[in-house]
Amino acid sequence: MLDAYAETGEAMRASSETIGGQDASHDHVAEFVNVTKRFGSIVAADRLNLGIRRGEFLSFLGPSGCGKTTALRMLAGFEQPSEGTIRINRSDMSAMPSYQRPVNMVFQHYALFPHMTVAQNVGYGLRQRRPRMAKTEIGQRVTKALNTVRLGDFSERRTWELSGGQQQRVALARAIINEPAILLLDEPMAALDAKLRAEMQRELLDLQRSLGITFVLVTHDQEEALSMSDRICIMGGGQIAQVGSPDELYDRPASRYVADFVGKANILLGEVVARQGGQAKVVLGCGSEVLVSEASVDNRHNVEVIIRPEALGMSAAPQNGTAALRARVTHRTFLGDHTEYRLQVEKTGALQVNLTRQAERALGGRGVGDDVYVLWEDGAGLILGAED
Amino acid sequence: MAQSRIRALLLAPAGIWYLALLVFPLIVVLIFSFGERNPIGGYAPGFTFEQYANLPARFAAFRNTMTLAPLGTIAALLIAYPLAYYLAVKVSPRWKTTLLILVIVPFWTSILIRSYAWIYLLGGNGIPALLETLGLGEFRLINTPFAVLVGIVYGYLPLMVFPIYVALERLDKSLLEAAADLGTPPWRSFLQITLPLSMPGVLTGSVLVFILLTGEYLIPALLGGGKVFFVGNALVDLFLQSRNWAFGSAVAVALILIMLVIVALYTRAIKRFAYGARRDDAGLI
Repeated sequence: MLDAYAETGEAMRASSETIGGQDASHDHVAEFVNVTKRFGSIVAADRLNLGIRRGEFLSFLGPSGCGKTTALRMLAGFEQPSEGTIRINRSDMSAMPSYQRPVNMVFQHYALFPHMTVAQNVGYGLRQRRPRMAKTEIGQRVTKALNTVRLGDFSERRTWELSGGQQQRVALARAIINEPAILLLDEPMAALDAKLRAEMQRELLDLQRSLGITFVLVTHDQEEALSMSDRICIMGGGQIAQVGSPDELYDRPASRYVADFVGKANILLGEVVARQGGQAKVVLGCGSEVLVSEASVDNRHNVEVIIRPEALGMSAAPQNGTAALRARVTHRTFLGDHTEYRLQVEKTGALQVNLTRQAERALGGRGVGDDVYVLWEDGAGLILGAED
Repeated sequence: MAQSRIRALLLAPAGIWYLALLVFPLIVVLIFSFGERNPIGGYAPGFTFEQYANLPARFAAFRNTMTLAPLGTIAALLIAYPLAYYLAVKVSPRWKTTLLILVIVPFWTSILIRSYAWIYLLGGNGIPALLETLGLGEFRLINTPFAVLVGIVYGYLPLMVFPIYVALERLDKSLLEAAADLGTPPWRSFLQITLPLSMPGVLTGSVLVFILLTGEYLIPALLGGGKVFFVGNALVDLFLQSRNWAFGSAVAVALILIMLVIVALYTRAIKRFAYGARRDDAGLI
């Protein structure tokens, strides 16, 4: 079970039970309080507890079927929680239909209205307001929104005449013109090619900063989530696996699932022989002794250690003062700015080490089939938390 | 070279069929319409506009057709749209196929047999007798325009249901979510999104039913009892009873012209609704 909450998640849960979901340290624009969603016998979202901070860029990240889209759709009001409460701006959304919620969504396939022009699409939300907004006012705001997404000259075009990137910007303009409390983005970049995607990601970030609106993005693309988000909520099997900043998730993954999902990770089994000051001395399968960090100290004896490929070094001979594992190179993949080495360590398994060009030069031409030493700095790597 | 031969081979059967059985008879009808009535019946060669000048003699048939066909189309539309909407949007997938089949099944039975059933239902021993027993007064239904209307709506309903059903079924549900997301309550999003986007189906169903109704003769003959006369009945009468082929041809040409105008209007209208679809696909029935 992936029931590992980040500090904020824990704080949220504790506070929501006491003072109505108001986190002491953060102003939450929305909160999930013990939210569960079932579709028949399938649990799509399992006891979600999460506070979304006002003005942040939060991503729900996970593989398909992990519950991230369900979470987003519950915020939008397209799905109702089976249990638990969702609050937006501190008010309970249970009885609030989607058309009354202060959120707007950019749909995965944009969902632009084909029978309306670009300008009519963008102004649609304003035209729904009652009492009615003046036509001239709507016109001015539409022009402004279209200029914001650099589509000023496209107002009278039909949506289907536009390219994918342009359609997406129309969808964006149609949502932000309503000045929502939260902008929801459902895999908006999935249908774009790689170059356009990178461009859109930058634009989206700029937009988020200039508007100051809270953005909630759903994505299965870890790079997208890492590069754009203030915080990422990693989901798996309907549950929140961990919430944290990209650095936190990368450096201190709470579980093997998170470690595997964010970036590349070597995960090794070992035995703790001594503990001191947030570090533990671990004996790996090959007999080498390494000093590893430990986030939450417990008394387990057998542990999993995670270490990122770029945290390891390599040398032709063992070095004094640095723990080293004897290994044999099985693959070498040159990737320009760095090189990936696949190594085999006896009784420990496969290991990946990424070397910069500089570090590789120091290695002195060791290649596939050669014996090398993997260098493990004291304190590198992390003992993964217990999974229940 | 081989390409054009393959094209010729592919088109030949249909081409010959259309030329021999559609274009050629139409030309014959057009020629006949400018001719005269042979004194012993049939056609006598000639060139005169007399037959066209005589068209007002069949005014009643045109008037009946041009009131009951639009009325029947509108009535069928009003009944078919909610049904198609239910089938496409509301019904659970479990029942969908069954219900769709139920809509089609009557269509597989001969219209003649079904019309005879209506003769009984609308006749003296049918619904009027029931209404009388219930003390709701005396009614005469058979051989009235109402009976014809009931008959044609009943007969052509599936042709209206299906194009609308297909249009609604294809409607991207995320558009409705987008409308709700942007602040539109459900009834308003029906008017703003669902209805406009199902217009191709509505138009196609309406034109299909309308065109077939203008040529209808069986239902008016059976349920109208000779009193509610369509153009189709006039044609049967002119060709088979009074054997005035020249005048009959003129009536037929007039009817074809009316239909052509309607199809032309339809083609223009449907292009407006061909949102993003390839425009030449739009007229597909």
